[in-house]
Amino acid sequence: MKYSVFSLLREAFRGHAGWTPAWRKAEPKSEYDVVIVGGGGHGLATAYYLAKVHGITNVAVLEKGYIGSGNAGRNTTIIRSNYLLPGNEPFYEWSMKLWEGLEQDFNYNAMVSQRGVLNLYHSDQQRDAFARRGNAMRLHDVDAELLDRDAVRAMVPFLDYDNARFPIHGGLLQRRGGTARHDAVVWGYARGADLRGVDIIENCEVTGFDIAGGRVTGLDTTRGSIKAKKIGLAVAGNTSRVASLAGLRLPIESHVLQAFVSEGIKPAIDCVVTFGAGHFYISQSDKGGLVFGGDIDGYNSYAWRGNLPTVADVMEEGMAIWPGLGRIRMLRQWGGLMDMSMDGSPIIDRTPVAGLYLNCGWCYGGFKATPASGWCFAHLIARDEPYEVAAALRLDRYATGALIDERGAGAQPNLH
Amino acid sequence: MRIPCPYCGPRGNDEFIYLGDATVRRPDPQALGASDAFYEYVYLRDNPSGLHQELWYHGGGCRSWLVVTRNTRTHEISDVTFAAGGKL
Amino acid sequence: MNAPHRLAQGGLIDRARPLSFVFDGQAYAGCAGDTLASALMANGVKLVGRSFKYHRPRGILTAGSDEPNALVELRTGPRREPNTRVTTVELYDGLVAASQNRWPSLAFDIGAVNDWLSRFLVAGFYYKTFMCPAKFWEMLYEPLIRRAAGLGRAAGAGDPDHYEKAFAHCDVLVIGGGPAGLMAALAAGRAGARVILADEDFRLGGRLLAERYEIDGKPGTEWVAEIEAELASLPDVRIMPRTTVTSVFDHGQYGAVERVNDHLPVPPEHEPRQRGWKIVAKRAVLAAGALERSIAFGNNDRPGVMLAGAVRAYANRYAAAPGRRVAVFTNNDDGWRTAADAHAAGIEVAAVIDSRAEPPAQFAALGIEVLTGAQVSHVHGGQGVRGIDVVDARGRLTKIDCDVLAVSGGWNPAVHLTCHLGGKPVWSDNLAAFTPGATPPGMHVAGAANGALTLAECLHAGVAAGAMAAVECGFPIASFMMPSAEDEASGVTALWHVEESRAKAFVDFQNDVTVEDIALANREGFSSVEHLKRYTTLGMATDQGKAANVTGLAILADVSGRAIAEVGTTTYRPPYVPVSFGAMTGHHRSRDFRPVRLAPSHQWAEEQGAVFVEAGAWLRAQYYPRDGEKDWLETVNREVTATRASVGVCDVSTLGKIEIEGADAAIFLDRVYTNTFSSLPVGKSRYGLMLREDGFVMDDGTTSRLAPERFVMTTTTAQAGRVMQHLEFCHQVLWPELDVQMVSVSEQWAQFSIAGPRSRAVLRKLVDERYDLSDKAFPHLAAKEVAVGSVTARLFRLSFSGEMAYELAVPARYGDAAIRAIMAAGEEFSMIPYGTEALGTMRIEKGHVAGNEINGQLTARDLGLGRMMSSRKDYVGRVMAQRPALLEPDRPVLVGFRPADRKARLRAGAHFIPLGATVTAANDEGHMTSVAFSPMLGHWIGLGVLKRGPQRIGERVRAYDPVRNGDVEVEICSPVFFDPEGARLYG
Repeated sequence: MKYSVFSLLREAFRGHAGWTPAWRKAEPKSEYDVVIVGGGGHGLATAYYLAKVHGITNVAVLEKGYIGSGNAGRNTTIIRSNYLLPGNEPFYEWSMKLWEGLEQDFNYNAMVSQRGVLNLYHSDQQRDAFARRGNAMRLHDVDAELLDRDAVRAMVPFLDYDNARFPIHGGLLQRRGGTARHDAVVWGYARGADLRGVDIIENCEVTGFDIAGGRVTGLDTTRGSIKAKKIGLAVAGNTSRVASLAGLRLPIESHVLQAFVSEGIKPAIDCVVTFGAGHFYISQSDKGGLVFGGDIDGYNSYAWRGNLPTVADVMEEGMAIWPGLGRIRMLRQWGGLMDMSMDGSPIIDRTPVAGLYLNCGWCYGGFKATPASGWCFAHLIARDEPYEVAAALRLDRYATGALIDERGAGAQPNLH
Repeated sequence: MRIPCPYCGPRGNDEFIYLGDATVRRPDPQALGASDAFYEYVYLRDNPSGLHQELWYHGGGCRSWLVVTRNTRTHEISDVTFAAGGKL
Repeated sequence: MNAPHRLAQGGLIDRARPLSFVFDGQAYAGCAGDTLASALMANGVKLVGRSFKYHRPRGILTAGSDEPNALVELRTGPRREPNTRVTTVELYDGLVAASQNRWPSLAFDIGAVNDWLSRFLVAGFYYKTFMCPAKFWEMLYEPLIRRAAGLGRAAGAGDPDHYEKAFAHCDVLVIGGGPAGLMAALAAGRAGARVILADEDFRLGGRLLAERYEIDGKPGTEWVAEIEAELASLPDVRIMPRTTVTSVFDHGQYGAVERVNDHLPVPPEHEPRQRGWKIVAKRAVLAAGALERSIAFGNNDRPGVMLAGAVRAYANRYAAAPGRRVAVFTNNDDGWRTAADAHAAGIEVAAVIDSRAEPPAQFAALGIEVLTGAQVSHVHGGQGVRGIDVVDARGRLTKIDCDVLAVSGGWNPAVHLTCHLGGKPVWSDNLAAFTPGATPPGMHVAGAANGALTLAECLHAGVAAGAMAAVECGFPIASFMMPSAEDEASGVTALWHVEESRAKAFVDFQNDVTVEDIALANREGFSSVEHLKRYTTLGMATDQGKAANVTGLAILADVSGRAIAEVGTTTYRPPYVPVSFGAMTGHHRSRDFRPVRLAPSHQWAEEQGAVFVEAGAWLRAQYYPRDGEKDWLETVNREVTATRASVGVCDVSTLGKIEIEGADAAIFLDRVYTNTFSSLPVGKSRYGLMLREDGFVMDDGTTSRLAPERFVMTTTTAQAGRVMQHLEFCHQVLWPELDVQMVSVSEQWAQFSIAGPRSRAVLRKLVDERYDLSDKAFPHLAAKEVAVGSVTARLFRLSFSGEMAYELAVPARYGDAAIRAIMAAGEEFSMIPYGTEALGTMRIEKGHVAGNEINGQLTARDLGLGRMMSSRKDYVGRVMAQRPALLEPDRPVLVGFRPADRKARLRAGAHFIPLGATVTAANDEGHMTSVAFSPMLGHWIGLGVLKRGPQRIGERVRAYDPVRNGDVEVEICSPVFFDPEGARLYG
């Protein structure tokens, strides 16, 4: 059933009895043209675009838990395309363009809200670095504005302009950046893919791959063996674990990133603000909670939870820019598994195993990439060649040196 | 986390700086195929879910590099030694 | 003022200490010992809040931190705290609170129209609509939703109170000061363990405060007082009331918040409002009790519908009557106590409705009307309960008049902290509740938190857990006389939802999630418990589902035809109760957010009126303005000009300084630097370049050989810590066999750059005359220990400015004296101090790279330093620096730039595109890294990286800077702008 105000009204008058499942609880078939491993935002988006753009509908998405149970369902919901490097920027901008038409495209209100992303800078050197990035964005035809202190103050007057350890000098603003409702993105893609014939198979964990003569032919799961002509991995923090089942060793470490939400309050902050003298980002959800986060904890972990020093750091950084937070209470904190790559940028590429495709290395920035990641991964799987904007996101770039290192932090995942 | 530094005793993990996998070994730079070996050394990781030997630097303490054996699923630490070898 | 619902006697309040307070502009009176909730109740205030979505009128449901309904804005002005539970606020004189999420008033709230529209506003309605036209979402729908959403209002201004962080270590942390916790603390304390007993309440006792239990024949509160006295007498037991243990972290670390002064209008001077604790405990005993749950039936959210245990708490502890005529609806024995206690308190009991067929025998004597096998299906009354409909087993409907309905749907053990490290609670059919599964290492669970619901069980379990914890910490078992108490009835038969309900039956009160919503979510496929939560917002309110979750998932199990154990729970995440930013931040805020490092000459520079700038953790003198100078540029120009004309001094103590010693020190340096240091003679310095193992430049600096086996290295200010760590890594991890040691001496030496043609003349006056400073005896790149007065100093002939220059290092404690002595010696040469701006200008004039260029993205070749990469030895980064993409001839390489129009200003961060080329990313050829106005050349100059830059000297490109409207045509030139021959180094 198409979602609209009319369908909602109609159902309201018959007790909402007519709504059907947003996606079928599909049973695995014995064979698919394409199997996507990972029922997060990226995996579901991939299936959606495979069906919608490439007409490939004999597709299964395998998810070991419930869909959206990984990072898609536990992030800080920020969308933006304010990247510096030519390997990244066109990709994220393509994602932004897809965000801009997403809800009408998949008929689900994902609450895409272009409320602006403001990166604060705190020194002349940082201003110049942000100018470099803003100029790079403009070269890619992406909106970017460099604001001085007064302009920032006019926009977010409640920050600390007079008594800060690292004074606010200004900010880099991308007005088209903003937030989206993370779970709704998952459900919207799931519903859209399901309507086009994709099987979404939950509680189905991959336990092995069938590889013959250097080509993948299928996989083993907790719900039986499935044959597949092509298999795409989109399993975020579990990338190394799943890829090792196919004999691959990757430039990836799994790290824990914590995120936080406050109690709901009346509208207090309109845009997304990030702190430049540390690592802190905050926005307010439509429900009223302040959603915020900071650095990864910094050590390999599959534990889905973080530790106290990072919690304290993040909240200190929040207070550093916004002293009025003192009496606001943090309601809930959680941790997710980040597939931290060695240069801080993602990988969408073929693998040494024919028919096996890789989508990983999203670090803590995968949510904003969801539409383009799905689009480009679908293109790669369908056509066996990269979509143009993702052409730089190669697996072999670590060997060749064509790195995409936005931070210049080098081959140390926890510094990205 | 609390890391039992063999020199300083158990200390909060905020005193330490993490580097990563302690099992990779810097290859012989003169050997044939050194560039492939270095690529693997610098970039490829097992990234296990379970026991992980990893390097931590006690920068806020004795400045020792430690090899910590830690379970990445539970964070349980089962062993800590000096990276340079030797005992106290 | 007379509080109309205050019981004539009893309670743990101090009637001799009346307190006045204001709620929604109306003045009331309470007593010391009241919470805001009990004081409101004593005053007959039933309507306290509005719900999140439907703006339904709500009253007080609980008597603890699990309260979902009765949230207020507490205090006013910058101290306003939204969403504060009235049930946890200790009453103080002058307290001011206001209801929230309503307009124009609590009693008449326009938002309540949502309740009328609720048939449209079902779970997830917003996902299905507001999509058309696309623009309307952000312009119209979303702003409306945002305004309607949220709960209370934030203060908006900076918090005037201050906070502390505190740390504690103990053997046994006991969480909860009820019967089990008290016994655990006593058992561990008597054994000699260091014990911390933390309780959320301002008074120890837990449920004993709310019940009429007896222990050892004494009233429960009397018994508590005795135990507390003994605990207080034990030297290693620390009692922490008003302290909620909120979180469990790895390896025995616990987060806690102590509400030090929240019970006062304003914290006393020099005292914090709250304290955020990190407690490291070898063992913990979780004795957090259990939380009562409601039952879903029609209008079960009306003010006056309360949890049965809360009704007892208000009657027994606070002598506050929730109403005049109370009905009890229960599915368990415990609910009956409410009837008995209300009766004993003189409150009329209308009826007890027990959903079970067989009520417990011991309450039969009360003479109360009892309906067994019956259920409450409907509550009458809008802003307060007026009566209830009861459906009995045969389907007969009875209406009962009452103004309070006490509901008990059973008790959920407070398993929360057992789950913070990944433990999953286990369903118990017997208790109809989840009990702790695997607990965090070192944690024991005792009492009701473990599903032991009777008092006698709690006391026994507390002793056992406390003693066990102490034994595990190496203490002996202490002898113990077990207190005697009743093993009261606690049978329960699960009842989640009354089928006959015709009005909305709420599960999550605050977020307005109803039984219908859960059924709808299940129908739409959101049947995983996590999907249910996310789709309906069940359990996402400020109580984190304490009052809602178990009921919700039980109903999900019911509608989806699964067992509750199969459905499972969502993850219990920290914190147990919401924690303020203040408590987590402590003093690390405003200017004290991070420590400040000051250079040794800081005080002197302040005296000179220097302007300071943040440089990482450091505060450095940026420039030294003089009267009459119109802006910073005029000052910097003067500093540069004066230095190049005569002499200037700059504090460079912020550079990292590392002493490296040992027989293999030179070999070691050869391995960490791209260039060779083993060939460096004693008494000489050399510029060195360090790569990361991935082949990119990590840092640069000079290293001097003071003795055959002794070097001192300098690093950049920014990378000092990282380089030290890197060197230790190279030594301890890569090459432990090398005989080398190193130590950071950055803090130990004050170091001054003295630059300019008269620098030697200044030094001549400072350095003991037995040292020959002539160009021959102490040439460029010489290094030596010298005497300055009675102080042993280090003198390096190093230049960052391109002038003949020295760096003089003295022990840091002489830093202040040194800058004064240097300036005195330089007076006759018109010596000036210069700051980081002039330092930067001079290094750009000389084309030296710094942090803007060593940004982690560039290689030595990119920086024009390829010649420093030795081909005769291995070093860190050598192999990976040979990767094909890093050898690409098209890579941007460092060159200089000057504006084609010499009057134009340059800006760092501009990108280079060929003249006349279209503005696209494909034409992006590099970027400007650093710029300065060169007073020596009289125009702006810049360094930048440009594709094939060195081959394009003389060509012009466009420096594209749209974000600052700063498009400039620039000419490519050598990066060395001033004195390209370097003649000025030698004088």
